[in-house]
Amino acid sequence: MNSPVPPGAALPDHPDFLWRTPEPKPSYDVVIVGGGGHGLATAHYLAQNHGITNVAVLERGWLAGGNMARNTTLIRSNYLWDESAAIYEHSLKLWEGLEDDLGYPILFSQRGVLNLAHTEQDVRDSVRRVEANRLNGIDAEWLGPDEVAKICPIVNVSDDIRYPVQGATYQPRAGIAKHDYVAWGFARRADEAGIDIIQDCEVTDFVVDGDRVTTVRTSRGDIACGTVALCAAGHTSVLLDRLGVRTPLQSHPLQALVSELLEPVHPTIVMSNAVHVYVSQAHKGELVMGAGVDGYNGYGQRGAFHVIERQMAAAVELFPVFARAHLLRSWAGIVDVTPDASPIVGHTPYANVLVNAGWGTGGFKATPGIGWAFADTVAHGRPHPLVAPFALDRFVTGALVDEHGAAGVAH
Amino acid sequence: MSRVDGYGRIDRTRTLAFTFDGVGYTAHPGDTLASALLAHGVTTLGTSIRLGRPRGVMGAWTEDPGGLVQIEEPFPEPMLLATTVDVVDGLVARGVAGQGRLAEVADTARYDHRHVHCDVLVVGAGPAGLVAARTAARAGLDVVLVDDRPTPGGTLTGTETVDGRPAPEWVDAVVAELAAAPHVTHLQATTAFGHYDDGFVLALERRGEGSDGGARARDHRIRAGRVVVAAGAIERPIVFEDDDRPGVMLASAARDLLHRHGVLAGREVVVFTVDDSAYAAALDLRQAGASVRVLDGRSEVPPGWTRRCAELDVPVEAGTDVRGTLGSDRVRAALVGESRREVPCDLLLVSGGWNPTAHLFSHVGGPLRWDPELVAFRPAGELPRTTVVGAANGTYALADVLREAGGEDAPTAPPEEITPRGMLWRTAGDPARQFVDIARDATVADIARAVGAGMTSVEHVKRYTTIGTAHDQGKTSGVLASGVTAELLGRPVESLGTTTFRPPFTPVPFAALAGRDRGDLFDPVRTTAVHAWHVAAGAVFEDVGQWKRARHYPAPGEDMAAAVLRECAAVRGSVGIMDGSTLGKIDVRGPDAGVLLDHLYTNLMSTLKVGRVRYGVMCGNDGMVFDDGTVLRLAEDRFLVTTTTGNAAHVLDWMEEWLQTEWPHLRVRLTSVTEQWSIFAVAGPRSRDVVGRVFGDVDVSNDAFGFMTWQDTTLDGVPVRLARISFSGELAFEVSVDAWHAPDLWARLVAAGAEDGITPYGTETMHVLRAEKGYPIIGQDTDGTVTPHDLGMSWAVSKKKPDFVGKRSFARPVATDPQRKQLVSLLPTDATTTLPEGSQIVALPDDGRLPPPPVPMLGHVTSSYRSAALGRPFALALVAGGRDRVGEVVGIPVGDMLIAAQIGGTVLVDPEGARRDG
Ligand SMILES: Cc1cc2nc3c(=O)[nH]c(=O)nc-3n(C[C@H](O)[C@H](O)[C@H](O)COP(=O)(O)OP(=O)(O)OC[C@H]3O[C@@H](n4cnc5c(N)ncnc54)[C@H](O)[C@@H]3O)c2cc1C
Repeated sequence: MNSPVPPGAALPDHPDFLWRTPEPKPSYDVVIVGGGGHGLATAHYLAQNHGITNVAVLERGWLAGGNMARNTTLIRSNYLWDESAAIYEHSLKLWEGLEDDLGYPILFSQRGVLNLAHTEQDVRDSVRRVEANRLNGIDAEWLGPDEVAKICPIVNVSDDIRYPVQGATYQPRAGIAKHDYVAWGFARRADEAGIDIIQDCEVTDFVVDGDRVTTVRTSRGDIACGTVALCAAGHTSVLLDRLGVRTPLQSHPLQALVSELLEPVHPTIVMSNAVHVYVSQAHKGELVMGAGVDGYNGYGQRGAFHVIERQMAAAVELFPVFARAHLLRSWAGIVDVTPDASPIVGHTPYANVLVNAGWGTGGFKATPGIGWAFADTVAHGRPHPLVAPFALDRFVTGALVDEHGAAGVAH
Repeated sequence: MSRVDGYGRIDRTRTLAFTFDGVGYTAHPGDTLASALLAHGVTTLGTSIRLGRPRGVMGAWTEDPGGLVQIEEPFPEPMLLATTVDVVDGLVARGVAGQGRLAEVADTARYDHRHVHCDVLVVGAGPAGLVAARTAARAGLDVVLVDDRPTPGGTLTGTETVDGRPAPEWVDAVVAELAAAPHVTHLQATTAFGHYDDGFVLALERRGEGSDGGARARDHRIRAGRVVVAAGAIERPIVFEDDDRPGVMLASAARDLLHRHGVLAGREVVVFTVDDSAYAAALDLRQAGASVRVLDGRSEVPPGWTRRCAELDVPVEAGTDVRGTLGSDRVRAALVGESRREVPCDLLLVSGGWNPTAHLFSHVGGPLRWDPELVAFRPAGELPRTTVVGAANGTYALADVLREAGGEDAPTAPPEEITPRGMLWRTAGDPARQFVDIARDATVADIARAVGAGMTSVEHVKRYTTIGTAHDQGKTSGVLASGVTAELLGRPVESLGTTTFRPPFTPVPFAALAGRDRGDLFDPVRTTAVHAWHVAAGAVFEDVGQWKRARHYPAPGEDMAAAVLRECAAVRGSVGIMDGSTLGKIDVRGPDAGVLLDHLYTNLMSTLKVGRVRYGVMCGNDGMVFDDGTVLRLAEDRFLVTTTTGNAAHVLDWMEEWLQTEWPHLRVRLTSVTEQWSIFAVAGPRSRDVVGRVFGDVDVSNDAFGFMTWQDTTLDGVPVRLARISFSGELAFEVSVDAWHAPDLWARLVAAGAEDGITPYGTETMHVLRAEKGYPIIGQDTDGTVTPHDLGMSWAVSKKKPDFVGKRSFARPVATDPQRKQLVSLLPTDATTTLPEGSQIVALPDDGRLPPPPVPMLGHVTSSYRSAALGRPFALALVAGGRDRVGEVVGIPVGDMLIAAQIGGTVLVDPEGARRDG
């Protein structure tokens, strides 16, 4: 009964000070709308890489309480297309040094990800992605069922399953991190640099002069702005609507859930598309899992229960030992999904309004990478090459980066 | 033994044996693991997660933050509260150190789902719920009453009276009335754990391990016209130093243990309260034989209660508090007041008031508001279809509860005095030893650090300290954390609110939610009408969507490659037969059927003549191919659309969505007939002979029965449809019949083909044959980024139609970029390597070696086979600017090798199409 080291003792301590709670100033050079991971990372890199600190991050609720607080923290870069692979791999490299950069224990753990294949077509798609990753210099392997079982012994690789596992792609450098700590780490560094983080401050409208926004209207008064950087995830379409800019973004609930704390059983991350679920075991021992979006559009952070039931069926199918684990808590975020499952980053029809959105179900892993590249874009007023392929106008030109068929489960 | 005679609803005539931490104990039916252990004086159940401190039972039921156990037998189950585990004979359990352990083998127990519809769902069979259910039942409504504990009554376990009768008697009478009512379902041991929009509630019924061979648990999916939340309230502790020590317990828990299980949790009891309710516990325990002392944190104590205490020799001290505890594994004394006077005790009961159990109200977005008189957050505002009554609504006095739940019909209870409640989150002391969340070892000092770090939101505090994230989801610690945070911030608690309550209310086993959706039932297994024949013929199957399709039919000793070469040769050389019944089939009917299809296909369908067949491609808005298939015009106002096997439902959805949202004025109806029709492909130069033999009265000559036409006929009076459609380039017929007669017709075709050596072939052979002809498989040779033009199918894109889905996208600059990836063939130059499907394609460097990454990619291999007809392997691929590169040699990395292959046109076999008409 008595374990020598209590299992939870390993969690790190937080720094004693995180951020101030300043009153908004009348004007800022850069106003970042949305204090999620992306907004905070953008703020940090604006200060650190570009020396831009007259910046406010405006957050309508509590800091990083949107998708940043709700995601399942999977980090990987094994995307199919060059454009995606480039930004996610850039991000993964930043993750690899982020704990030092932020001076914050973010519990980044590179435990690898298995993307399971269950059908002949899954196998083709998997091989295709592995080969593309390799040619792009990203670690990737194709594994047969036996090798899958070696890496994650609890996966059911037997034939006694509706859709037998035919193999998996494996990215050893993939991992998980603690989402809150990542957000707080970025916030703390941005705050240290003098950037104002302003909570309970909802942007409600914009004052426009020609093709520029001069002022953002907020629940805490008007704030004049040089550049507006939108990082509002599921609410981006609502904000851009105020400016008359239409975006092909659909906001959907996306749910996730955790079990109770369990002794270590699951050493890696497993994702499956055909038996739709993905699972990792977090540091304290809880199983963290999710699946696809709820079908309908909405802004209420609540999903429907059959989606959870289906996920549980998939989990027990793939991991029979999970049968008596318990669902402890489920929740939902609002994710902004684009037609090609790739983000929208860069210019809008307004000269000083830049947008970063559309990361849908998979933008946590991009947090440092997009913060870095979006800050560069904001600082120089032109798209950084890493984000250039993700311009809004691709839906007009047709230069889509379609990760739908390619990425499998899109987290 | 701390069992007391005359108390509890346990069956003392029977004894059960169980093991805890390796020691054998006994219990009685009706015991929980917690009550049985406490009866034996076992107070420490495990150790805490972070600090390794002893942990014991502190609550009565699911709110208990302390008494976690691991079940080992009858089947391992992690992290259950001892208060919720019914003892069964042979139970083996142990305490846990913060983490549970999963079984190493699969759980073979059964779990069910059940759909339930009712007018009124009442959650909670305490006084409020019982009265509400009875009122609804008397009104003739369909009622479902669920309660999470094994027996009904809620808090009515003790000394209360209702309608002048002892409460338990009254409970029994109401339960009997409900049992006799015609439209009432009453389920105990059933927890409503989630509430969703439109009166949808999930409730988990625990039915016992392997009980009667039936389900271990049942997930009721209840749709209720109205949801009455009568879930009671949860007592709130008060924080003081070392308040986590076993022996510190909620006052209500001790009372519950006594009345339900006959267990006196301590002999020397101190009750520390700021709420009147704890006096009942004090008196009950006193009457059961304990010595009891009440410390009331309020300066004014309730006169009536105090008088009764005096009668029973229970001293009451006003205006004092508990500052800490002494003891090792179990509390030995309370440290009382400023002077920290030692008051010996083996049980320290605490009551800081009550929090309404409004979770099911919150799940659907119901707001909670701080009520200063109640000293609690209570439901505020109206929600559709939802009523909250009784303690869950902040109505605590029994008489009021009954009236609120029952209206005119309400039973009565004696009035109760109420002394103003105290608001006390914590007493003075060392914050580092004041535990707020006992399950997470989180203290006031942790909250202070969070606040010091700049946090002002309870959500942040929760995440910083982990308070409220354990198995109990903060049932006792959540509001406490809000209170302590508010105090530290110097703000009123109402400005902070609570963290959000989320489903499930209590933990639910994964398997219970999975229900029967496991193994073969995880996703329906669909088989064709001829499946048994394929099985008997030794077919190897593959999953295509939900279908099992015969992939190939190996002869003894053959592997797939050999079988497929043989099958291919048979089709091209003589005749083969394939079961194509899994193709999606949609009956499109109505005067505007042609208009709809013109909108959805890239080519014209409305011009198709009755009796003819046309191949068509469907694209998404982005102009990318998303399905294809043949369309038969059955009548002026009727078409039969076929889709790919895996995409059938999706295509029907797609058509319906357009029809219902964009073109509701079109008079068209869509019906899936996939399961109704079986389709067999009879393909090969001898197919005409075979079909002619079976359907003697049909003229199957090319003149009478041309390519891409269909004819109806009958066989022994059974309607059959014949069509000349070919997916192999060979002369071929598709024979369709209703599923019922399909096995017979299949057998007749096979018999009629015997003299030609008719060979059954599977999907793999079908794939090879079509690839030899350059016909793409949508979803294999395409990936949602491929236009019809990319596939070389510009001929299937109408230039005449004013509009169709995807047309606009073909005008985008990117759609006409000559560097788009196009479908081509690849012939490995060594004429022996079969390229792995999915392989990437790169420019072939002069030295034949793959350069270091990044290496630009030209495209990928989509299909790859060995060809019997060509006598060599070949592949289809999507290659950038591929059609302009015909003749070029490119490289394909395979393992460490770079394989050279030459790009060619897509049609490798019979490019002139000479074989089509036989
Ligand atoms: C359940 C779930 C699981 C997920 N799992 C993964 C995963 O495993 N891996 C992965 O990579 N990604 C995952 N994601 C996606 C990922 O969380 C998001 O893509 C990413 O967090 C989005 O960027 P963000 O952090 O800036 O968004 P958010 O945290 O949502 O930040 C946007 C912020 O903008 C604020 N805001 C909105 N409107 C306004 C306004 N008008 N004024 C001021 N502020 C405003 C919001 O309150 C919010 O805080 C998941 C998402 C969910 C919901």
